Order: sequence, then C-alpha cells, then structure tokens
Amino acid sequence: MTATHISSRVSDRVMLAHGGGGELTSELIEAHFLPRINNPALAPLADGAIVPIGSDQSVVFTTDSYVVTPLEFPGGDIGRLAVCGTVNDLAVMGAEPLGLSLGVIMEEGLSLDVLDRVVASIARAAREARVPIVTGDTKVIERRGNEGLFLNTAGIGRLRPGLRLGTERVESGDVILFSGRIADHGLTIMSVRAGIAFDSDLRSDAAPLADLISALSASGADVKFMRDPTRGGVAGVLADMCLRSGYSIEINEAAIPISPTARHAAEMLGLDPLTVANEGKLVCVVRREDAAKAIKAMQDHPLGREAAIVGRVTDAEPPLVELRTRAGGRRIVQRPYGEELPRIC
Amino acid sequence: MCLAVPARILECQDDDALVDMQGNRLRVCRVLTPEAGPGAWVLVHAGFCIATIDESEALTTWDYLKQSYGPELAETLEPQLGTADSS
Amino acid sequence: MTPRLQDIAEGLGDSAVRLGRTVRFMEVCGTHTVSFYRNGLRALVPDNIRLISGPGCPVCVTAQRHIDAAIELARGPRVLIATYGDMLRVPGRSGSLESSRADGADIRVVTSALTAVDIAAECPERTVVFLAVGFETTAPATAAAVITAERRGLENFAVLMCHKRVVPAMRALLDAGETRLDGFLCPGHVSTIIGAEAYRPIVEVYCKPCVVAGFEPAQMLEGLARLVRQASREEARLENVYQAVVSDAGNAVAQRLMCQVFVKADAPWRALGEISASGLELAPAYRRFDAIERFGIALGEDDDNPACRCGEVIQGLVEPGECPLFANGCTPLSPVGPCMVSSEGTCAAWYKYNGQSAGRAAVRIGGGS
Repeated sequence: MTATHISSRVSDRVMLAHGGGGELTSELIEAHFLPRINNPALAPLADGAIVPIGSDQSVVFTTDSYVVTPLEFPGGDIGRLAVCGTVNDLAVMGAEPLGLSLGVIMEEGLSLDVLDRVVASIARAAREARVPIVTGDTKVIERRGNEGLFLNTAGIGRLRPGLRLGTERVESGDVILFSGRIADHGLTIMSVRAGIAFDSDLRSDAAPLADLISALSASGADVKFMRDPTRGGVAGVLADMCLRSGYSIEINEAAIPISPTARHAAEMLGLDPLTVANEGKLVCVVRREDAAKAIKAMQDHPLGREAAIVGRVTDAEPPLVELRTRAGGRRIVQRPYGEELPRIC
Repeated sequence: MCLAVPARILECQDDDALVDMQGNRLRVCRVLTPEAGPGAWVLVHAGFCIATIDESEALTTWDYLKQSYGPELAETLEPQLGTADSS
Repeated sequence: MTPRLQDIAEGLGDSAVRLGRTVRFMEVCGTHTVSFYRNGLRALVPDNIRLISGPGCPVCVTAQRHIDAAIELARGPRVLIATYGDMLRVPGRSGSLESSRADGADIRVVTSALTAVDIAAECPERTVVFLAVGFETTAPATAAAVITAERRGLENFAVLMCHKRVVPAMRALLDAGETRLDGFLCPGHVSTIIGAEAYRPIVEVYCKPCVVAGFEPAQMLEGLARLVRQASREEARLENVYQAVVSDAGNAVAQRLMCQVFVKADAPWRALGEISASGLELAPAYRRFDAIERFGIALGEDDDNPACRCGEVIQGLVEPGECPLFANGCTPLSPVGPCMVSSEGTCAAWYKYNGQSAGRAAVRIGGGS
C-alpha cells in the first residue's frame, strides 16, 4: 500500500468547498485557525462574540465577508446581503444592532453604475434594518477576472436585556420553529449562475431579522437559541445545535415551509433543500409552553407569516437530527460536506 | 444514477424546448423526444427530454413533490395545477 | 403517510412475514439508494428484506485512470474542462478535479452537455473537454452534443468517454460467482432509454427477478413488494411497475443516436475491474472528438488499492466494517472506493451513522406515524 492511498488532506490548497459552510469549513477553522488564535470569546464559534463592557452590559461584535456571484440577482444583490447578513448575525445573538462598518474591495474595471446600484441597495437595507453605516474603507485591486466587488461588514450591537440564549439552555421537550419557507436564496443564486442558469420565479429572501426578533422577544416567549441558517442551510444549523447541546432533534418534513418552485428547483439540481442557504430566515428553539405565543408573534410580522413549528428537541441517544419524512420513514439529517453542486445523479 | 424531473413543454423552436417545472423555466433539448410539442409532458434529465410521459404520471410525481411541502403552501399549489390541466 | 403508501407498506410487511426467510435485493441505481434514504424508507422495509446498494452512481465507479486523464488534460495550457458537478470529488491517483481546480485548472460545472458545446463556441482559443459520464440515461445527451459540435464546426470540442452501461454491470456482478442476491430493483430513468426488456437476460439467463420501478416512495415499495412476491413463489420474472414512463423497447431515437455515435467497449469500473462491453467509445466517424486520442494521453493502469473490498460490499458479501481501509484511510472526505465516494454509498452511510441504519428507530409498519 502506497502513501497515495492515504492522504489526511484532500488537497494542500484551499478549495472552493472550504467556503461552503459545511464539514470542510469546520475542518479549515479547526486545523488552521484555532490552534493559533483562540480565547474564551472566540471559542464558542458563534455568529458573533459577546464582549462585556462594565458589570451589567455587553456588546455583541461580529464580522462577515460577501463574495457572491453574480453581484445582482432576483430579490437582492451583494450590498443587501452584506447588511442583512451582519445584522442577522447580531440579531440572533440577541443583540440590537447599533452600527455597521463597510469594507469595499473593488477590482479595476468595476462598472461605476454597478457600484452605485450596490451602494444604494446598502443604504436601503440599512434603513430597513434601522442601523447606520458608521465607518468604512475602500480598496482597489488589479483585475482578476472576478465579478469585481467584495464586501465586508462588521457590526456591533447591544445585548437585549432579558434574552438568555445558548445551546446550554436547550432541553428535551423544547420546540423548533422556522420563520418561513426555506432554500429560496441559495436556489435563486443557482438559477443565475453561469453554466446552470434557468429562469425562475424564485427570489432571494435576504432580509434583516432584527425587527422580527424584537417582536418575538416582546411576545414574552422563552426563546432559548436562535440562528439564521445561511450557508449549510437549516441542516447545518440543526446539526450544529445537536452537537453543541447534546440533545437529539426530530423534525417533521410535512411541517417544513418550502415553496413548490423551490422544491422543484432543488429536485432538478439534485440538491437537498435542507442544505441550501437562506438569508432572511430564523431557526429558533422555544420552550414548549411558549410555542403558540412565539408562532403568533412571528406570524404577525411580515417576515414571519409562514412561520411553523417544525420539530422538537428529544433526549434520544445518541444525539442526532432526525427527519420524519412524509412517506412515514425517518432519516438522519447532516451538515453538508462543503459547497453543494448541482448533480445529474 | 439519474435525476429526472417531469416538466411541461411551453414552447418549441427547432430542437429546443422551453419547459416549466412549477415556476422554474429551463431551456432543454428535445432531439430525443421529437414527438413532444407544446403542452406535452416530458421527463427532463441533464438538459434533455428523455421520455414523453402521460399527464397523470407527471401529476403523480408533482403531487409527490407537493407532499414534501408545508401544509399551507400545498394548498396554494392547487390553483396552479388547475391551470395546467385546462390549458 | 398517504393511505396508498400505507397499504403498500402493510402489504410488504405481511408478505415479508409470510416469506419467513431473509432475502437480499439490490437497488442497482444510486438514485434509488438516495431516494430510499431521503424518504426514510429503510425504516419501512421489514428486517428480513435486505437492501444492497449497487455500484452506486455511474460517476462513483469512474475508474481512477479516467480521473487522472481528466486531471492531466486540465493541466494543459489551453484546455477547459466542462463537467457535471458530480465528478468534482471523485478521487484519482492523487487528488480530484476539485483539488486541481484549486491548483489553477479551469473547470466549469455544467448541467447539460450542450452547455459545454456553447462554451467551446465562446472560447475558440481553448479546447473544451466534456467529461462524458453516466449510464445510458445520460449517454444520448453526449451523442447529441458531439453531433451538435460537428454540425457547428467546433473542432475545439472534445469528450472524455467514461459512460457506463448498466446491464453488463449487473451481469458481471452475477458472473463473479458467489452472490447472495435474490433480485434486482431496476432503475426507472435509465430504463426509459434502454427499455424494460433490456433486463430480460438477467431474468432468463441468471434466473433473478427484476422489477423496474420509479423513484417515488410508493413506486419503490411496490417494486420491493413484487420482488418479495416473486421470491416467495420462487419465480424469476421481469415486471415493470413504472409503465407510465418506461416502455418495453425504450427510446428508439436515443438508441439510434447512441448507435450512430458510439460503439460498445470494455470499460474499467472502480473497484470492480474491467467489465466486458460495459462502456461506450466514440465510433470511428466521430473519433476525432475523443480527448484521449486528440491529446495523446496514455491511459495508465488503475492503482486501485488492493485492500479495498468495495467489490464484495456491493455484492453484499462483506459489511463495510470488514474492510481494512474502512475509517482507516478511507473516509467520506478522502474516499478510496465507490461505496465511500458516493455520498449515499454503503460505506459512506456506515461511516456517517456509526454502523447504524439510516434511521435510528425503525417505524413499525402501519404504526400510525
């Protein structure tokens, strides 16, 4: 047996799949970042860090970069994503967004018309999310044959009083809620990708969730944990929750909101909608007794009209995420491996 | 091995067909099913129509896909299927 | 569960009890495997009906030498590789197309062979090599793409032929001698092209029941129920529960197109070795579109790891845990054989679920889920 049979690494270079938000992304972070950079604030690897300032106050701090191709797509563009994504990372940590930074990296040759449209979209999304862009930076790099624009936004927010969030609070009997139909964003992006393009009624769901979360927390429901299921989809979030809480999760396929158009697009591309990205959805864990209250609060909000109770937390061993299928069977739901690609098989 | 999805042909031009899969419209090649014209139901695999199928079979598959939807959304599908039936 | 599905599941449960012995059926098709998994149907199948996953998808069985050839082609200065997304992670001798893309190769994912032809038209200074993979379901699309490229005068289009034929593989599994298979669930979509009658030799020569089925839960459980019925009567018949889509003779236009552009050839299968007449090559009239010939690539031998026992796993002779490489050099992130390459392959599923079945608790048939 030669060494070529056993390689501990898939490649000695970074691959696109390392950016897919799945197993490979975790591996990259665990093997190349955490051994050198680690501390108590970073260690939970949450959507943002909680930084105490003084005895009874904390801020939440987060950052995210945006490299979507193409820059503009039905329902949004890279600018809207950059605002919503960072606002949502703050919001699901239980913070009220206070301000965002905006880092802009442009390639030589980027159309100023495109830039203007993206900046206008950033401004609109920031107004919608009621958060100001308070600092920024621009850089230009030589042309590299990409779409020509990358964005980074960092955000700070004030931790809302009264919300206590964390997988350590999750326990058997809690219920799992989705705020609306899944997979629209990722499938929309697929529909406009070169080599794959099809025409679709789908639109990206990119939206800032802070207001929906305010409504949810004002309802008085005991919300124990929240995530916005972006890369890796709801499967990634649920698998992560299961791993961190040590509890099993059972979800019911029949209850998962998804549009017929998204379902068919996923079928056509050979993708599992559970692993497809969303940019304006919330997965949350709520105490069972408060489920009705939480659902009502979400459904009364424009971004949560199709909110549904999709499953529950159980103490089944070993901890797994299981889907009860429409056909009456069960299957295990896992975090995807990396970038999910359209298949023919 | 082979993912294939039922679709309905909206229009044809030479070897090309524009097909609809419940709100997703895709240009596919119809050389393997020259008999299929506008309104026909076909099975689409890797950008090609590979078989013509009868409407009830296509609707059975669509119905199966529909069953994977959330309850309220399934209802919104009914009128669309009705349109497909009558056109 | 719909009432119809419940009826079928209950019928399957009853006949399995009456059968009173364990039977093994192979689902030949990776899409059946995935559909069983995605719908959680294994939990609905009685314990004495064992489902053996076949060689997986036609992509997973692509031989190492073909992946190596694709990687070598991709390194060429003016070559662009167009491929279905499935191929990116299939490992060659060292690395995959995914890792060679990270090394700088230009590799584009397409969802139709004709998109590869369009890319050739847009990039006249490059040669576009289309990786022609798939069973007979997909092969006609390659044939159409070659003819289209010829008609459009695109001499910068070439194909790397890796197509596989499904029936020769089934015969090879049975010819391998010891087998414990009691029948085959035959794939609906490939059958639209080759026709249900293509499985006649399996039934008549090998006396193994064959049932052609579609991919919805009711179709697959119905297919299994028919196999169980045949087993209980000790029959070997060809049945087709997918008649609305699959005819006896298949798609004549597609078959003619394949005859025009391809000839049958022996082909290497990952972990299974060379199988007679199980592949397709370009016919002499279209030979100039062959990437191997055009670039003078020498197809090497497969450096298949001799310790890999995928061949026996596929036949249901050993369980993944009995393979010395399992979880010990062969993992989903770094797979060796097709059973690990395929995300729903037997070994990949074992690895992910620690040897558990795909669902934790078997739901009792008719248990009112």
